[in-house]
Amino acid sequence: MKTSAILLSFILLANSAISQKLKGSDTVLPLAQKEAESYMKSNKSAKLNVTGGGSGVGISALVDGTTDIAMSSRKIKLTEKMKLADAGKSFKETTIAYDALAIVVNPANKVSQLTREQLEGIFTGKIKNWKEVGGEDLQIVVYSRESSSGTYDFFKEHVLNNKNYASSVLSMPATGSIIQSISQTKGAIGYVGLAYVEKDVKALKVSFDKGKNFIAPNMATAKDRSYPIVRPLFYYYLTTVEKAIKPFVDFCLSAEGQKIVEEIGYVPLKN
Amino acid sequence: MKNFYKKFSERFIEGLLMISSTITSLTVVLIIFFLFKEGLGVFNKKPLEEGYAVVINRLNSVGKLNAEQIKNIYDQKINNWSELGGANDSIYLFRMEDISNYYTDEQIGENFEHLPDCLNSIVDSIKGVIAFFPEKYINKSFKGKQLEVDKVSLKEFFGGEEWFPTSQPVSQLGVKPLIYGTLWVSFGAILIALPLGLAAAIYLSEIAKGRVRRIMKPLIELLAGIPSVVYGFFGLVIIVPFIQQAFNLPVGETGLAGSIVLGIMALPTIITISEDAMRNTPRAMKEASLALGASKWQTIYKIVIPNSISGITAAAILGIGRAIGETMAVLMVTGNAAVIPTGILQPMRTIPATIAAELGEAPDGGLHYKALFALGCILFIITLLINLIVEFVSTNRKNTKH
Repeated sequence: MKTSAILLSFILLANSAISQKLKGSDTVLPLAQKEAESYMKSNKSAKLNVTGGGSGVGISALVDGTTDIAMSSRKIKLTEKMKLADAGKSFKETTIAYDALAIVVNPANKVSQLTREQLEGIFTGKIKNWKEVGGEDLQIVVYSRESSSGTYDFFKEHVLNNKNYASSVLSMPATGSIIQSISQTKGAIGYVGLAYVEKDVKALKVSFDKGKNFIAPNMATAKDRSYPIVRPLFYYYLTTVEKAIKPFVDFCLSAEGQKIVEEIGYVPLKN
Repeated sequence: MKNFYKKFSERFIEGLLMISSTITSLTVVLIIFFLFKEGLGVFNKKPLEEGYAVVINRLNSVGKLNAEQIKNIYDQKINNWSELGGANDSIYLFRMEDISNYYTDEQIGENFEHLPDCLNSIVDSIKGVIAFFPEKYINKSFKGKQLEVDKVSLKEFFGGEEWFPTSQPVSQLGVKPLIYGTLWVSFGAILIALPLGLAAAIYLSEIAKGRVRRIMKPLIELLAGIPSVVYGFFGLVIIVPFIQQAFNLPVGETGLAGSIVLGIMALPTIITISEDAMRNTPRAMKEASLALGASKWQTIYKIVIPNSISGITAAAILGIGRAIGETMAVLMVTGNAAVIPTGILQPMRTIPATIAAELGEAPDGGLHYKALFALGCILFIITLLINLIVEFVSTNRKNTKH
């Protein structure tokens, strides 16, 4: 009886010691899941548990100590850093992949390139007609994600120069609906992850140097970072559990792990 | 003895019935109480992130700004303090993230121990500055001036025309566009569903032959079982492009698309319930009417409809309830732009869609969370009012008839 109890507690202990939790961004979720799957296949003793919820949820779970790795589609905020510092915890940040955002319009639209300033004007409501940016006389219909999305925040910070979107922007619940709406609305414009770009929509070339160079979004330009709207995807973890987590993180950064990144449609790290 | 058992078991069943009805009503009351408790909390909060402060240079004569002015400053629509009644200085925006442009990590300190001093000297050295950072970094030697921000007022909440609950540093919580959007979409849905539903109910109960009825009734009831997201997708792929082409609009995601989808969704409820009520008209009354020489149509609108008016009212209330409270289908087809609509052919954002889209990411107990609960209260009151009106109208009519 006694020995079996000891055995049981040992098994439980051993299990909890190698079961690791990943929590956070829904953008990172499919990638982390796939990586965890193939990591567990080659590493039978490892047990990984991946759940979504959003970048903010993941990082607050890291502060509370309810996750081992926080997945995030944005950099940790200063306020979150302060919370971690208040809790006396130090953390490490690892970039695991990149995600490029493409600006897409209806295929019938003649405009094929825009500058950042023009994009800012369009999304903040200053530019309302395609003829103001070299297109035909057609009202611009702007589609965006809901304000709860991390992509919404990233786009606001990096493309809109931290200004608020116009109230007249149509917000859609998912990337799929944005593609569907843009494919059937002639004057539409919106943003989606590079992995979602398909033939029903046209991806625009963008310029972040006031119109000198216009770069088309594709895997090659995203890889060499010439395409400007690229965001890093992160894992955050505490230094105290670094030893246990390191093998998995190393696997994600390895050639095999980075191959998965490309399969999912994200941009692998520069080697 | 047998009698006693019978009595006992009857009492037991009665008690059981009473308990379940008490539990149900108690649950409803509790939900309403919870809704209003959380919702009214919004008026106790400042539209500023908790623990944060907006500060300006001590020489600046501006002392108070409202939420809209602060938003316009951060959107760079207001660029000079003179527009706000201050001196002729251009406004300099400072965000916490910008601090790395001024100080290195070493100067700030590993645990941010020098951060208050750094912030202090930035606010003190730039005359037109407006900065936004946590209150706890304001130390005793702080020379800047903290701007007062008022709590969310009823006037701002119901009269505000902008809905930016996550905007930094201050949230804009104007629910007017959302209320208007909800009313437009629901009203359109009722206009579509009520006449169509009543017509179908009359046809099914009075005119249709047995076989037609046997096929059509289950078919209509089947409509009620389709998940709302399927209606939404149908609306997005079929109705939205159709409306866009039919009215030659720049965008097809409009209130009308929402009304049509909701109208279709409310139809089975309206048809089934009012048809049942009509079929309950006593046969003797109908036959008497026909015997007096009234035509079939005269019998329908003089006998059948007045007789079943309470059932028709119930059908209308339930149908409207479904239309107003529906989230997913509307979220997919109305475009969700928070602007005050001037016509049904414009994108709109409804209250249920807003709650569904935003509640998941709103931090517990925060301003955004409470604002969404307040939206829930508004929705509850709108539905209650409509129910009362319909009830009032139908009882009035009944009284005058008899």
